Amino acid sequence: MDTQLKEELSRQGIFTTTLEELYNWGRRSSVWPLTFGLACCAIEMIATTMARYDLARFGAEVFRPSPRQADLMIVAGTVTKKMAPQVVRLYNQMPEPKYVIAMGACAISGGPFKQGYNVLKGIDRYIPVDVHIPGCPPRPEALMDAFITLQKKIDAQSLTGPDRPRYLDVEQPSEFPVPAYGAHDLVPAKNIKLWNIISKNIPTGPTAAGDDGSGKD
Amino acid sequence: MDLEKIKSAVETAIPDSRVQIVLNGSPSAQHSLVLDPTHAVEIAKFLRDDTELRLDYCSNASGVDWLDTETSEKVKVKKLIEGEEKEVEEVRKTRTPGYLEAVYHLYSMEKKHGPLVIRQRTENRSDKVTIPSLTPIWRSAEFQEREIYDLYGIVFQGHPDLRRILMWDEFEDHPMRKDYVEPNDYEYEPTPHDAVLEKAKQARTLEGQS
Repeated sequence: MDTQLKEELSRQGIFTTTLEELYNWGRRSSVWPLTFGLACCAIEMIATTMARYDLARFGAEVFRPSPRQADLMIVAGTVTKKMAPQVVRLYNQMPEPKYVIAMGACAISGGPFKQGYNVLKGIDRYIPVDVHIPGCPPRPEALMDAFITLQKKIDAQSLTGPDRPRYLDVEQPSEFPVPAYGAHDLVPAKNIKLWNIISKNIPTGPTAAGDDGSGKD
Repeated sequence: MDLEKIKSAVETAIPDSRVQIVLNGSPSAQHSLVLDPTHAVEIAKFLRDDTELRLDYCSNASGVDWLDTETSEKVKVKKLIEGEEKEVEEVRKTRTPGYLEAVYHLYSMEKKHGPLVIRQRTENRSDKVTIPSLTPIWRSAEFQEREIYDLYGIVFQGHPDLRRILMWDEFEDHPMRKDYVEPNDYEYEPTPHDAVLEKAKQARTLEGQS
């Protein structure tokens, strides 16, 4: 609809909208995160939800203790290789539409433990991440910024067409394979459908397919 | 803590036990005792129950990996060279086989003294890696001995529940050993250096070939 006409109508007391806008408005205003923390970033996430920063203002009203009732997974903290299968399993158990915020240096890349034998070098090797937040740990403002970024992303999604989100595309997977514990490492070490960056030593942007990496990187 | 006294007390209390003093040359001068594996549990029991010592608290158990070491020393040897006897310097190499070690720090809550550092050594680093567990003596060693088993591969005989504690059960390596080779999962690094630089070079040559 023409925006000018829309404004004119609203001045006259007539509210117009599209189904898409209404749908996205509903979803982005009630993104409920999963109660789930892995390390020190979780403390900062808890602080964000408390009275001082009050994430509930943005629609993250309650943290749900069950993945079946959650829309957003905030991966807050170091993902060890031993923990990674459980994180992927929790993600798989969440109903669509579902979103992931990778919070902090560890969750996005392994952070200070990147060279360790026991830490996953970023959760985006196994599940698609919508927003990455750098920081060690990120301040509550950074988490709120990531949350608002996610809301903008939801707002911009169209329900039909080739750029529709993953969960409206029957071709796209809703569940991702859970890695198995191997003799030396996780098997597979990464989901190549999500993480197909070649290890070239030239700074290039991520080439991962899907809705991975959009938003803040 | 006078280690000589403790050593003689142990050796009189438990006949034919061997205790060896390891001197620490650093300013801390925290010397330690090496227990012999056949009597280790008895010695530990003595250290805990002796009225003088009463080392009732094991604060810490940790693993150490000692690789095979090769020391070379110059020795003067007399040799016959062209019919003449000459003194010639020769380099002699001695190879000390490596071993794994568990180090325990003991304190006494009752007597308020400590720490006493005791060590147990395995015979080698590969197949003879069993030493007696001290968990029956100090319960606090249980998880730490499990951790040593997990990361170094020392098998503690007599441990009530010897499983991996940090890595998953299917894991086969012992990551804190010095010869541990981690899975090669190199990825792009903006400022590689040291070991990562080596991996970056390796990755670059691999990509050049393909």
